[in-house]
Amino acid sequence: MEKWRATTNLRRSLKSILNRQLSSVSEFRYLNGKRSCQSSFNLIRDCKSLGQVNAIQHRCFSSASTLVQRNPSFSTLNSDDISYFKGLLGEKSVIQDEDRLETVNTDWMHKYKGSSKLLLLPRSTEEVAQILRYCNSRCLAVVPQGGNTGLVGGSVPVFDEVIVNVSSMNNIISFDKVSGILVCEAGCILENLISFLDNQGFIMPLDLGAKGSCQIGGNVSTNAGGLRLVRYGSLHGNVLGLEAVLANGDVLDMLGTLRKDNTGYDLKHLFIGSEGSLGIVTKVSILTPPKLSSVNIAFLACNDYSSCQKLLMEAKRKLGEILSAFEFLDTEAMNLVLHQLDGVRNPLPASMHNFYILIETTGSDESYNREKLEAFLLSSMEGGLISDGVLAQDINQASSFWRIREGVPEALMKAGAVYKYDLSLPVEKMYDLVDDMRIRLGDLATVVGYGHLGDGNLHLNVSAPEYDDKILEQIEPYVYEWTSKHRGSISAEHGLGLMKANKIYYSKSTETVQTMASIKKLLDPNGILNPYKVLPHSLNS
Amino acid sequence: MKIMVAVKRVVDYAVKIRIKPDKSGVETQNVKMSMNPFCEIALEEALKIKESGLAKEVIAVTMGPSNCVDTLRTGLAMGADRGIHVEAARDLVPLSVAKVLKKLVEVENPGLLILGKQAIDDDCNQTGQMIAALLGWPQGTFASKVVLDKEKQVATVDREVDGGLETLCLDLPAVITTDLRLNQPRYATLPNIMKAKSKPIKKYTPEELNVKIKSDLEVVQVTEPPKRKAGVILSSVDELIDKLKNEAHVI
Repeated sequence: MEKWRATTNLRRSLKSILNRQLSSVSEFRYLNGKRSCQSSFNLIRDCKSLGQVNAIQHRCFSSASTLVQRNPSFSTLNSDDISYFKGLLGEKSVIQDEDRLETVNTDWMHKYKGSSKLLLLPRSTEEVAQILRYCNSRCLAVVPQGGNTGLVGGSVPVFDEVIVNVSSMNNIISFDKVSGILVCEAGCILENLISFLDNQGFIMPLDLGAKGSCQIGGNVSTNAGGLRLVRYGSLHGNVLGLEAVLANGDVLDMLGTLRKDNTGYDLKHLFIGSEGSLGIVTKVSILTPPKLSSVNIAFLACNDYSSCQKLLMEAKRKLGEILSAFEFLDTEAMNLVLHQLDGVRNPLPASMHNFYILIETTGSDESYNREKLEAFLLSSMEGGLISDGVLAQDINQASSFWRIREGVPEALMKAGAVYKYDLSLPVEKMYDLVDDMRIRLGDLATVVGYGHLGDGNLHLNVSAPEYDDKILEQIEPYVYEWTSKHRGSISAEHGLGLMKANKIYYSKSTETVQTMASIKKLLDPNGILNPYKVLPHSLNS
Repeated sequence: MKIMVAVKRVVDYAVKIRIKPDKSGVETQNVKMSMNPFCEIALEEALKIKESGLAKEVIAVTMGPSNCVDTLRTGLAMGADRGIHVEAARDLVPLSVAKVLKKLVEVENPGLLILGKQAIDDDCNQTGQMIAALLGWPQGTFASKVVLDKEKQVATVDREVDGGLETLCLDLPAVITTDLRLNQPRYATLPNIMKAKSKPIKKYTPEELNVKIKSDLEVVQVTEPPKRKAGVILSSVDELIDKLKNEAHVI
């Protein structure tokens, strides 16, 4: 049902694209090795009649995100704008240098590239507010940017939007040692926050592979999940307050540091996960858990997926309150990591197993927790759930286990082209999708499955030496339809960004999406914040 | 041939250490403790020698308060056959350790004594050398490669020295201390952890071994090194000259 609606919307938007002059086509480039998407794009350009469009529409459905047209209501930058920004921020914070623009225009996966001509580096909330006020009055589109580690093209411009990068706003404002409440600016890099808190005896409630580059503002704006969600919950629970700047320059100071505050509508939740489309987050107040001394980690092997599931149930029951991470990867993921990354070795002896599970426990009593974990592991081994496993004896070994799991995205990038999908599915069905995809794709590509089994989150990745439309055809929309059929989410933690902007109907009803569009219209009437992303393009007209 | 390996329980290598407020030492409460990395390498080497058939038993030895048994358990989980724990108060100096080891060697008669080159908490790098002198055995320290010849009863050891690599040939029994590049320690697998639970750990006290533990060293104070000051970016040569003259007083 949702798919049909999405198709109709797409047909409508395709028609409207073609009804305008075919020459005023987008400058947006979808980068890939072969530029095969470019060729299908040219096909649309060349066809003259709508009849032909409908015939090929199905084939181009999957690359729909590339068929975006620049919204003509946005202005183009002129020299007055540049002078204004230079006067406001100073010469050093207004970047037009091509090399630097090249980096900020391209996303981490090198899949999306915009053509922005201007990068702004504000150093305070006031500067952000003034930038947005000006851009709103001039109707200049803006892309909020932090660490630029997003995986769905949400952090880079689609066309020539002005990039507002908050990296210079990286101060830690305050930290309360008693309550563990940290208040900091949005540009603080996650790893730096983790180190700072480490000295104080606390940890961040979220941890992800990108921690060396990702910033807390971006994490909050995308409601990042990560490795510890199974223990500490999502950012919706840990963020106590934030300060955000709206499109018209108004500053919403919701930077509370209170654990409980039931006064009115809790607007901060709108900004958490809205991917910069409702406002730019400038400060965050987050509750940090105390650092517990006893961290133990085990790397296990299972023969089949049903053992992995049973292990998860047992772990939740037997390890209970000390379980802090439960991750899985399949053999293909392990092989990829061993081949592509240096200094990584398989902790388990020679024979290849089918599934690998990483379990981490965090608690306050070393010997008690260790005994609990050992007892659990030994009973699982006796029960045949685990075929082999190792227990880390010191922090170095623990880091090497995490290196394997956190290194999978990096290894996939090194292996060539990768189609990345992030799905929430019922745990029993999760791996069925991977098996199905393997059958569908056959020899065309390698299908890799890994993810946060503890949260029911599968990272399905299809790896091939080069991008190829034949592969994409087999994947989309099959993956989305499969997910939708099992009432899963087509984006568990990565967000919608540009990649899945038109796919939201697979997981949300039309009425819900309509309400989202109304809220967007209310908070950003000119639509200047991160346009073309998150919500379907058809709703913007 | 038996191989004896001495292991030490230290603050985990990856932990950011802090000094106790009274400056008497490093904070060890609520801090993750593990086996000294060089001791892990020593144990790994012993296990490799045993697996190649040149030795029949690996004994892990540790000294200290009762929580040191955790480290022995790790050693047993890696594959050592039995453990010996010498109960003593904390903070033994290398000479005391060497004296206790001498007595244990007299009891057990190993053909090879392998230790880590130094412990990462005191960085003394003395125990191996001292025990070799007390026993009158040859020593190959900072070993980066060990090859045993059972027939000739010699060990050929490549040592990492400042000038490069030095190769020594030692008659067994001998003392070897291990350096970083010797091997990569194995992980403790679950089946081995299970087996370790039933492996014997023998307990001794220094009195039983006729060793008097006394220290000739007293730690007076432990302080952090001075914090590095941030650099200053200057904008002209004149400013540089001015700073060198008036602030640093070097010209």
